Amino acid sequence: MKPFAYHQPDQIPDAAKLLTSIEDSKLVAGGMTLIPTLKQRLANPAALIDLSKLPGLKGISDGAAITIGAMTPHAEVAASKLVQAKIPALAALASMIGDPAVRSRGTIGGSVANNDPAADYPAGVLGLGATIVTSAREILADKFFLGLFETALQSGEIITAIRFPLPLKAGYAKFKAPASRYALVGVFVAKFADGVRVAVTGAGPGVFRVPPMEQALSQNFDPSAIAAIKIDTDGLTSDIHAEADYRAHLVTVMAKRAVDAALG
Amino acid sequence: MGNVIGIGAAPKRKEDQRFLTGRGNYVSDIKRPGMAAGVFVRSPHGHAILRDIDKSAALGAPGIVAVLTGDDVAADGLGSLPCGWGITDAKGVPMKEPPFPMLAQGKVRFVGDMVAFVVAETVEQANSAAELLAIDYEVLPSVVGVLDAVHPGAPQLFDDVPNNVCCDWELGDKGAVETAFRKAAHVAKLSLVNNRLIGNPMEPRAAIAEYEPGTDRYTLWSTSQFPHVVRFLMGALVLKIPQHKLRVVAPDVGGGFGVKQFHYGEEAVITWAARRVMRPIKWVASRSEGYVSDRHGRDHVTEAELALDETGKFLAFRVKTLANMGGYLSTFGPNIPTNLYGPLLSGVYTMPAIYCNVKVVFTNTVPVDAYRGAGRPEATFVLERIVDVAAAEMGIDRVEIRRRNMIPKEAYPYQTPVLVQYDSGDPMGCLDGALVAADVKNFGARKAASQRKGKFRGLGYSTYVEACGLAPSRFAGRLGARGGLYESATVRVHPTGQVTVMIGTHNHGQGHETTFAQIVSDKLGVPFENVDIVFGDTDRVQFGMGTYGSRSLVVGGAALSKAADKVIVKGKKIAAHLLEAAEVDIQFEAGKFSVAGTDRTKTFEEIAGAAYVPHDYPLEVLEPGLEEQAYYDPVNFTYPGGCHIAEVEVDPETGTVTLVNYTAVDDVGTVINPMIVEGQLHGGIVQGVGQALYENAVYDDGSGQLLSGSLMDYCMPRADHLPMMKVATHSTLCTHTPMGVKGCGEVGTIGSPAAVINAVVDALSHLGVTHVDMPATPNRIWRLLQNASLPVAAE
Ligand SMILES: Cc1cc2nc3c(=O)[nH]c(=O)nc-3n(C[C@H](O)[C@H](O)[C@H](O)COP(=O)(O)OP(=O)(O)OC[C@H]3O[C@@H](n4cnc5c(N)ncnc54)[C@H](O)[C@@H]3O)c2cc1C
Repeated sequence: MKPFAYHQPDQIPDAAKLLTSIEDSKLVAGGMTLIPTLKQRLANPAALIDLSKLPGLKGISDGAAITIGAMTPHAEVAASKLVQAKIPALAALASMIGDPAVRSRGTIGGSVANNDPAADYPAGVLGLGATIVTSAREILADKFFLGLFETALQSGEIITAIRFPLPLKAGYAKFKAPASRYALVGVFVAKFADGVRVAVTGAGPGVFRVPPMEQALSQNFDPSAIAAIKIDTDGLTSDIHAEADYRAHLVTVMAKRAVDAALG
Repeated sequence: MGNVIGIGAAPKRKEDQRFLTGRGNYVSDIKRPGMAAGVFVRSPHGHAILRDIDKSAALGAPGIVAVLTGDDVAADGLGSLPCGWGITDAKGVPMKEPPFPMLAQGKVRFVGDMVAFVVAETVEQANSAAELLAIDYEVLPSVVGVLDAVHPGAPQLFDDVPNNVCCDWELGDKGAVETAFRKAAHVAKLSLVNNRLIGNPMEPRAAIAEYEPGTDRYTLWSTSQFPHVVRFLMGALVLKIPQHKLRVVAPDVGGGFGVKQFHYGEEAVITWAARRVMRPIKWVASRSEGYVSDRHGRDHVTEAELALDETGKFLAFRVKTLANMGGYLSTFGPNIPTNLYGPLLSGVYTMPAIYCNVKVVFTNTVPVDAYRGAGRPEATFVLERIVDVAAAEMGIDRVEIRRRNMIPKEAYPYQTPVLVQYDSGDPMGCLDGALVAADVKNFGARKAASQRKGKFRGLGYSTYVEACGLAPSRFAGRLGARGGLYESATVRVHPTGQVTVMIGTHNHGQGHETTFAQIVSDKLGVPFENVDIVFGDTDRVQFGMGTYGSRSLVVGGAALSKAADKVIVKGKKIAAHLLEAAEVDIQFEAGKFSVAGTDRTKTFEEIAGAAYVPHDYPLEVLEPGLEEQAYYDPVNFTYPGGCHIAEVEVDPETGTVTLVNYTAVDDVGTVINPMIVEGQLHGGIVQGVGQALYENAVYDDGSGQLLSGSLMDYCMPRADHLPMMKVATHSTLCTHTPMGVKGCGEVGTIGSPAAVINAVVDALSHLGVTHVDMPATPNRIWRLLQNASLPVAAE
């Protein structure tokens, strides 16, 4: 790790200002992704801006939608009675992330901002059609994830919360990568009054939706409706753990299991 | 006063008190006055000419102390890292043994090969300075797999090693095997890969070196399984430091599994550097650094053929293996796939003829050496797999074919056609025990239940034997060992009767401080808590070959037992004098010396006191003091073995294999502490399951990059991968070790991979699957099922 300056602002505008004014500065939330890259000298920021003292970024609130503050750790979402009651699939997803230490420190804002192609939250956020609330604006999930570690966030923009609409039913099925336990393939399925959304993580360079499955499930919300739908292997990831055609196969299997989970 | 806790008891482990309360003393815990920090700069290329290293910018970095490279090593005329074994080919031609410089000279041969050592005030400064080194590499194509490496036209690692073949080794009677194959009613064939593994001890390697000009002495603290051997190899052969001027300390070490039983270049570089900079230097590897520098294990490609008569009796076994050595020869490297492999190919079976040919091959990968089991898991895997293949092809039940060929209990000692003679064993007894413990008779019902859930269930057997207690020196010498393999122990009885044992083995998780204390407590009748075991310091312990090859109890424990016997002999002499009786009339039992047939006794403490306050003492014939030493060189290997039964469930939709039951019934000879034996079996089995289902070190061909370079990509087995295991012993006593012990450190790792893979193949056999390479990952299983192009069970 190389030396860096450390700031702990207590107002969101101050944090945003630091972020734009200091060249090569980075926000730090739970640090579960950022700190290892610093230790390996893969990232060498001049300054870290710690989000932990900013007001209103932590916690879960009820309403027509569930709003989760950016600094809310995965463990809190997993254990939240509110989330368990209203979107149990989201609580289940949070409980499947990493290990207890990672879930205690890692945050939803950090995970969504990082947009790791194998992370779980992006599937939930896209699958539920959530809204990413930032220090500057609101961004729809469909416009937010731009592929491999890329998002619509602009420099100086801080995620403050994620707002999740309430589905009629939802399910998440994750096939864990054997070593990392990130998603080799994870599928989030959500049924709303106006249709079904299916979002896939792990399989490609970024989270994506599967329109043929969405149409089929909108007609008939049952695993059998998608059993025969195969995903094109083009653009899917091949690595030492899984080849693209196996990942494609797993998308169908996990989608069926997610529907099963949604049906309870 | 505490109690005698002897052989067969299961006290909690003494050493766990300090480990569990955070009071262990590991190398990285040690701080020396004025200590600087060192980091190694390693090759990012698999294969490259090292043209130039420009140190100038690094030498100007903040906090810099020194930058050392291969040129400095050459200028100081230091030796190459030695190989402890010299094998020969069929014609007696010695293996090719190119130099292994402690810092690369002229060329780098694997990603992780060391090119420079940077010393600075802090680790961060050393890392920053290291980034300033300008290293000019001319990158060459790498070759990482053995099949490619021996191919004509493959990249050549060394100019004088054609086709990268270090040695074309063979064992057995080729002619007899050919004759038997001609007469065979059936020949089973199997091609397999034994996957490359990374040892992953919990504590990464680390070292501190210090030079004291006042006494001209060096001290090296190192995470080593064998400090005396490091002192010898590094002092005598690499750095030319006289043995009495070099102290090597291996304090608490957090696991080894073989990875820490080699003399590493880092140890030599840091010791040499400490004198050059006249300051203590510390180096602690990161986990990622360990991945590209800790010696790897296994990595074989094998073709095997088994000849059988029409009743399924084995007639002959022919095995051809290409074994990966990596970029250089490590300490035991060439010994592992040859001498620790070929002699195990008879297994627990009567196998009239065996021929084994092993080509030992250099590649652009981390050097390969011993990893828990070392050679024997590979042999067991080939044999136990091909037995299943033969059974399936001939339509003979897998248990039945084993029974038909097993060496009966009465046939021991049993001479195999491949050098070794098994002294004792009861493989049939282990098999029978395991069949019951694994509830094999109800397997059908469990399989049907799985089927109803859309899952395939399989059962796999491995009836195996291994050779451990390394090793009889004379035998090893004939096979190419360049050192002895005995062990030593000193039993020091203090004037008050407490005992300190100095032993040459090294405890890094095996529970020796407990097991050895039980032996002393048992033999001398002293309370368990009054015995301390000292190891891991060449200044405190007389000598020793260290811990590996399940040798500590078998060889070290034997030395300890002999030394304790000598204490008793001397004690009897003292007692005879004090009790005014003839020495032959003195009996020693339960900590008391007594005159046979009388009530006249002296306690062990009284005798110890008399030995150190020799007022009333036979000074004319006996020296004062009560301290004895013994060296023990085994007359044979020991041959633990047993039967492992794995039960798996395969999810055909995802290809996931779940280990649902595991049973092991092992013959480990006398059990000193059953709890520790069980722990060793659990750990060993888990590592074997890891090889079978999860672990795989994967290199990118061409670039030589390690693709599975961290725990994010190298899958270690975890608690939730494993069922509760049923582990039991069914022991016969070793006929040649003092206590009848056989060793248990590696049996789990040796028996289990074949059991697990046999179970996976069994689960899929109805689909025409006859073999699965390790690790049986979901992707690999799914692919097999795709290729079988059979309908995947519906949900
Ligand atoms: C061992 C391990 C296992 C893991 N397993 C999983 C897993 O199974 N599934 C999974 O999904 N994830 C997994 N993770 C990742 C984990 O969920 C991380 O916590 C998460 O990806 C990042 O969250 P963080 O709060 O730690 O962010 P940090 O590491 O602090 O930051 C990550 C990035 O996001 C930026 N950032 C953080 N907060 C904000 C914000 N509010 N606005 C804008 N930018 C921000 C930072 O600048 C940084 O670039 C694992 C991590 C580890 C170490």
